[in-house]
Amino acid sequence: MKDAFGTPQTLLVLGGTSEIGLATARRLVARRARTVWLAGRPSPALDSAAAGLRGLGADVRTVPFDALDPSGHEELLGKVFAEGDVDMVLLAFGVLGDQAHDEARPLAAVRVAQTNYTGAVSSGLICAGALQAQGHGSLVVLSSVAGERARRANFIYGSSKAGLDTFAQGLGDALHGTGVHVMVVRPGSVRSRMTAGMVEAPLATTPDQVARAIEKGLRRRSETVWVPGALRVVMSALRHVPRPLFRRLPV
Amino acid sequence: MSVECAPATPAEHTTPTAPTTPAGRDDHLPVPVTGWGRTAPSAALLVRPRTPEEAVAAVRRCGGRGTIARGLGRAYGDAAQNAGGAVLDMTSLDRIRTIDAEDGVVVCDAGVSLHRLMEVLLPLGWFVPVTPGTRYVTVGGAVCADIHGKNHHVSGSFSRHVLSLTLLTADGEVRTVTPGTELFDATTGGMGLTGVVLSAALRLHPVQTSLMAVDTERAADLDDLMARLTTGDDRYRYSVAWIDLLARGAATGRAVLSRGEHAPLDALPARARRRPLEFRPRQLPSAPGLIPGGLLGRPSVSVFNELWYRRAPRARRGRLQSIPAFFHPLDGVPHWNRVYGRDGFVQYQFVVGHGQEEALREVVRRVARRGCPSFLAVLKRFGEGDPGWLSFPLRGWTLALDVPAGLPGLGTFLDGLDEVVADAGGRVYLAKDSRLRPELLTVMYPGLDRFRALRARLDPRGVFVSDLARRLSL
Ligand SMILES: Cc1cc2nc3c(=O)[nH]c(=O)nc-3n(C[C@H](O)[C@H](O)[C@H](O)COP(=O)(O)OP(=O)(O)OC[C@H]3O[C@@H](n4cnc5c(N)ncnc54)[C@H](O)[C@@H]3O)c2cc1C
Ligand SMILES: NC(=O)c1ccc[n+]([C@@H]2O[C@H](COP(=O)([O-])OP(=O)(O)OC[C@H]3O[C@@H](n4cnc5c(N)ncnc54)[C@H](OP(=O)(O)O)[C@@H]3O)[C@@H](O)[C@H]2O)c1
Repeated sequence: MKDAFGTPQTLLVLGGTSEIGLATARRLVARRARTVWLAGRPSPALDSAAAGLRGLGADVRTVPFDALDPSGHEELLGKVFAEGDVDMVLLAFGVLGDQAHDEARPLAAVRVAQTNYTGAVSSGLICAGALQAQGHGSLVVLSSVAGERARRANFIYGSSKAGLDTFAQGLGDALHGTGVHVMVVRPGSVRSRMTAGMVEAPLATTPDQVARAIEKGLRRRSETVWVPGALRVVMSALRHVPRPLFRRLPV
Repeated sequence: MSVECAPATPAEHTTPTAPTTPAGRDDHLPVPVTGWGRTAPSAALLVRPRTPEEAVAAVRRCGGRGTIARGLGRAYGDAAQNAGGAVLDMTSLDRIRTIDAEDGVVVCDAGVSLHRLMEVLLPLGWFVPVTPGTRYVTVGGAVCADIHGKNHHVSGSFSRHVLSLTLLTADGEVRTVTPGTELFDATTGGMGLTGVVLSAALRLHPVQTSLMAVDTERAADLDDLMARLTTGDDRYRYSVAWIDLLARGAATGRAVLSRGEHAPLDALPARARRRPLEFRPRQLPSAPGLIPGGLLGRPSVSVFNELWYRRAPRARRGRLQSIPAFFHPLDGVPHWNRVYGRDGFVQYQFVVGHGQEEALREVVRRVARRGCPSFLAVLKRFGEGDPGWLSFPLRGWTLALDVPAGLPGLGTFLDGLDEVVADAGGRVYLAKDSRLRPELLTVMYPGLDRFRALRARLDPRGVFVSDLARRLSL
């Protein structure tokens, strides 16, 4: 169960090697989390992520999970929930893709969309149903500012996140009053594996700051969290910039 | 003499969660439920049995996620919640069955509130044996949290005045449970996890009037306060002190003591003597749901506490006060818990034994240093501990304080206080808890192993379960 501050005792991370996901898990293990499920594509990285959290005192289990294989989601996630309540699900998987490359190879672009959007629709609905049945829990979805407004430089990724964001908002409304809390997290650029080697965007942040913002959002039962918080204001301004001008902005 | 009475609970004070459906209808949906602190909501089917038979049926029929009884929802945390399962709202089981006005014994349903008992019993010259800081708790809630009042040093906890209970257990049977048995000691303080209390027979306290004769004095700091409570408490049936935890430095722990006794008839002025047992609590409008956040910040709470300390007389004796004014000042404002807004609040209450005063001082110092915006905290000296396996009181000092749950870092801060309390052999109160680290529970409650063993025998399928039980593996 969550405590008065929304801190979970049992956590399921979808995308078990995600740097943001693991930073969040570490913070929560330092508080109340005792059982952590890491769901991801089997790899040495997944095993060492589990070992790292075990070192902090958590009881960690891994489960094979591929966002690109929705047909298997129901069964494997069902097994996790059958073992006991999950207080928080963190939807942390995602791929950035390579915009220039993917524009030329539509099948590669489709994989980005299928991972970030379709995979999340499938696993999100399944987890939401399970949380609703247990009458409590938080579903935390890692969206992105990239979904707020289409940008020439990354609109394939951006559109997949826009879809995910809209989906998660609607799911939150659907679950309102069921004891289940859905929180959409919109980080700006985060210094992680995903952005390694890229030019740093303004207001860049770290996985740990995202984790901190998630912890605060849980406490306040927020529906939307921006990281850093200033992005909320920046994006609400950018949203109104006319397109001819926006195209020329160096964002 | 036996009297039959009709039930009544003022609508304003019943369970805040709105829609309820009578037992026997399954087509309703789960609703979100919280405790008085309004943190950690979870959804459950709310079932409101109107007869003991309906309660039996509801327990027999409950699904895989079990059920838990709920009274007026005054426990601060998640004790009367059951995510994904059923919650039995007991407030319609509210009949006072018999009153023995000669010997002072009442038999009533578990959903009767202490407010209602006062309304009915005071005119007959009887008072409830123990009352908490609010009248809006049910007899079932009072038994299962084994509540204490300002008279704990004289009278012990609520369960000491229970002559017998009827308990609906997991097998669907109704048993009569009497003091001195294992089931009684597991149930009193057992937070509803041994079964549903359906009714109770209570021994009452005789009074000549419905007024209190109250002595008030100020204490300059914590040590002064403890000295005054230690030397003076034996002279009073009721004793409590309100501490200003925002005062720092030399004034740390400054307080107002308020101690009293039921006023005898001859203490009343002539006019009041004509209707000495009248009981008419007055109420202000409900507290608004939205108070500007700043009003609950450190500066304004600090000013409030200052004014309140200055207002109290340095020393005043024998002042006549009504029962609500003396025992239940907060009941004057229905739903005052809403002022903490969306984040809700946490009440931290612990006890440490005599000889562990340093632990108490340490907690007070830490709270003062951190500047928790806490309105008046309450300090009381407990008498002998009570027999319930999970009963809270220990002979010693208990302190209770409210803190807004949205305060950054509060979780870690309170974990630190727990360590101080546990190291001193003390414990926190489950009826107030919403955040304890589960590992500390066995340290704080040595009776827990017996409790778990009895539950495993009595309720092997885990029919009775609550969010509190899940969170702390009770
Ligand atoms: C303003 C305020 C002041 C307070 N002051 C004090 C105080 O001075 N001393 C003190 O001890 N407490 C105090 N409390 C706490 C309160 O007395 C307890 O939490 C009490 O249990 C609340 O009773 P309730 O009917 O609201 O029960 P709920 O809060 O609904 O339930 C509390 C527990 O009792 C169980 N329960 C309730 N009814 C039944 C039943 N029929 N059968 C089985 N289990 C049942 C529930 O499952 C739950 O575990 C205070 C609370 C408030 C809000
Ligand atoms: N980094 C940023 O700047 C940033 C900004 C905003 C939002 N976000 C979002 O935050 C989330 C976490 O990002 P991060 O920074 O932590 O990046 P990361 O470390 O690269 O994590 C991405 C995770 O997604 C997993 N994944 C990718 N494809 C998968 C698939 N088909 N099935 C299962 N898992 C798959 C990866 O697992 P493998 O180990 O198997 O590859 C990895 O665990 C992502 O949704 C990302 O879009 C990131």
